[in-house]
Amino acid sequence: MSPLKIKKGANSHSAYNLRPNFSDVQETHTLAVLVDNEAGVLARVIGLFAGRGYNIESLTVAEVDHLGKLSRITVVTKGTPQVIEQIKAQLGRIVPVHQVNDLTVEGPTVERELALFKVEGTGEKRVEALRLADIFRANVVDSTLESFVFELTGPSDKIDAFADLMRPLGLLELARTGVAALSRGGA
Amino acid sequence: MAQKMTGAEMVIKALKDQGVDTVFGYPGGAVLPIYDAIFQQNDIRHVLARHEQGAVHAAEGYARSTGKPGVCLVTSGPGATNAVTGLTDALMDSIPLVVLTGQVPTFMIGSDAFQEADTVGITRPCTKHNWLVKETSELASTIHEAFHVATTGRPGPVLVDIPKDVQFATDKYTPPEKADLGHYQPQLKGDIETITELVEAIEKAERPVFYTGGGVVNSGPAASQLLRELVESTGFPITSTLMGLGCYPASGDKWLGMLGMHGLYEANMAMHGCDLMINIGARFDDRITGVLDSFSPNSKKTHIDIDPSSINKVIRVEMPIVGDIAHVLEDVLNVWKSRGRKTNAGAIKNWWGQLNDWRKIDCLGFEQKGNVIKPQYALQRLEELTKKHDRYITTEVGQHQMWAAQYLGFEDPNRWMTSGGLGTMGYGFPASIGVQMAHPEALVINVAGEASWLMNMQEMGTAMQYRLPVKQFILNNERLGMVRQWQELLHGERYSESWSSSLPDFVKLAEAFGAKGIRCSDPDTLDDAIMEMITHDGPVLFDCLVEKHENCFPMIPSGKAHNEMLLGDDDTAGAIDAKGSVLV
Repeated sequence: MSPLKIKKGANSHSAYNLRPNFSDVQETHTLAVLVDNEAGVLARVIGLFAGRGYNIESLTVAEVDHLGKLSRITVVTKGTPQVIEQIKAQLGRIVPVHQVNDLTVEGPTVERELALFKVEGTGEKRVEALRLADIFRANVVDSTLESFVFELTGPSDKIDAFADLMRPLGLLELARTGVAALSRGGA
Repeated sequence: MAQKMTGAEMVIKALKDQGVDTVFGYPGGAVLPIYDAIFQQNDIRHVLARHEQGAVHAAEGYARSTGKPGVCLVTSGPGATNAVTGLTDALMDSIPLVVLTGQVPTFMIGSDAFQEADTVGITRPCTKHNWLVKETSELASTIHEAFHVATTGRPGPVLVDIPKDVQFATDKYTPPEKADLGHYQPQLKGDIETITELVEAIEKAERPVFYTGGGVVNSGPAASQLLRELVESTGFPITSTLMGLGCYPASGDKWLGMLGMHGLYEANMAMHGCDLMINIGARFDDRITGVLDSFSPNSKKTHIDIDPSSINKVIRVEMPIVGDIAHVLEDVLNVWKSRGRKTNAGAIKNWWGQLNDWRKIDCLGFEQKGNVIKPQYALQRLEELTKKHDRYITTEVGQHQMWAAQYLGFEDPNRWMTSGGLGTMGYGFPASIGVQMAHPEALVINVAGEASWLMNMQEMGTAMQYRLPVKQFILNNERLGMVRQWQELLHGERYSESWSSSLPDFVKLAEAFGAKGIRCSDPDTLDDAIMEMITHDGPVLFDCLVEKHENCFPMIPSGKAHNEMLLGDDDTAGAIDAKGSVLV
């Protein structure tokens, strides 16, 4: 067998990114995953995303049915339509997962996030921060002579917008819960 | 009121109630109570492996050759971590396993105790599911659920981690019928509308092909029966992946041979040229598809699989059917028969004309000349001399594995045990031990390479202890043959670390364990030597010295399509470009 002439330094391909002709469009989807509230279940879900190279933009989890021992994980993820399909199928494969709902395709949804903003300032900046908080319907949950902590609930882009406004006014710290979501209407 | 028993006794009772007769394992501190319970009973045989990896592969061999789940028992820490390769192997090939691991007592978990490892954490990505049992009252129920999960839906390995204090404590036993099996219950019946759509496609198809895989074996003997009926009554050609060999008999006239990277020319050309591809329990693995953009460009595709995540993972299909193979094939046959058993007979006849022309290429042809044994010849003779036996074949991983798949014929499912997805060198020898345990009277042969075989050679002790007459048929080329082939093809013949230096004398090695060793280097004495191996009542280490630089063909180089196969050494110049060279 004669040796082949191979260019050195070829490095941008592997067998695993020979993607077929699926769409390249990146979509953001909000998935609601109903799981048994048992030890390690969150690790299984997160491990799936890490192990298979999927994105997590936001993730929230809490028990929603104490008697049935069920938790609801809301995960916002981004990928091509094919990757989103895979994520849903792979989640469905996890034994303690009861149900996977793609809220983005299942109709209109309400998505809410809660955020706490610590803003430090005096004088005109302090007054301006308070005025903007009022416009955004943020609550003051802590206050000193030099600082406020605002509490704001809303869709993620509203939180982003408020954070952008607070930054020049002395935003010190920001804590966000991640998205919780439900479909609109009954059933 | 039910009698109380210790956790360790519960383990044994639960295994008995699950119909387990054989456990492969290795004792250690954290499983001593269970080993004590094993000592005091006679219903379950324990097979002492010589390494935990060997125990898991043996359980895989047992499972794959019987259709029952394989069971392992190992200790905490290193016992569990040594089991990881076997678990991953079983996950990739969908082999049902229940692995029980000991764990340090619950009150010591997290303290970095002696032989403590985060077993459920480590094995989470390499099991279908796993459990850490913290209460003795839940132990039996968890083991029953473990068997349910391992064997239902797409089978796979599960692990139950049992702390030592849970094994010592006493509580009430939960029998299988009272166990809480959770909500896990995969769908078995396929969507009847899509099945009807498939039947319509079958009626019209001009160039159809069945592309079958390991899912048919996993679905059970009924699936193979139904598949054979469907193939025979439609007259369509059939090919199979490495994992699915035997579901359709190799002697059948519709059989095209294995497909894929080292598959047969006619099988790959049929896949490339078909207009209807019927995927039954295969998963469009990258060893099968080659470059995806040019994979079977003109076909309508259906994919029958019990695992929804397998569908549209790499190849978009028009007719996805989620369900158990046997259930779906039964419906396909019923619908097809009720509509009058139609096929496009004229077109199918032309298609067979084309297929037979491809067959004439004789892609597996070779010439045994000179006084050095060609590996293909060795396997051809092995096939000839053993095919009439009640025979089970296991393999290691590499060139010999591909040659075995090409040159050995399988008439039934569950007769062929090989590491497909993970490609685990060291799988075949322990797997052959597991197979022989399940089928004491059968002829069990592990087709091996010398390098793979050495990876789990300690299991010679197991074979001797249990008088398992497993035949180790080593095609010894003193090379990591497949690595060497790729280096020849892709890396300018720079054979970096791919030769087997300082090999043992395999005959003496066999004798050191009290087994029989046979060496053969002469094509003229090969038949006699193989007969000597078969007739010897005990383990045999057969050192077959073969041509050192033989390459495995046909070969679809990385980054190429099915119709760009290399058929022999003459084809290889310039066959792989820089882009293909970085693929695995």
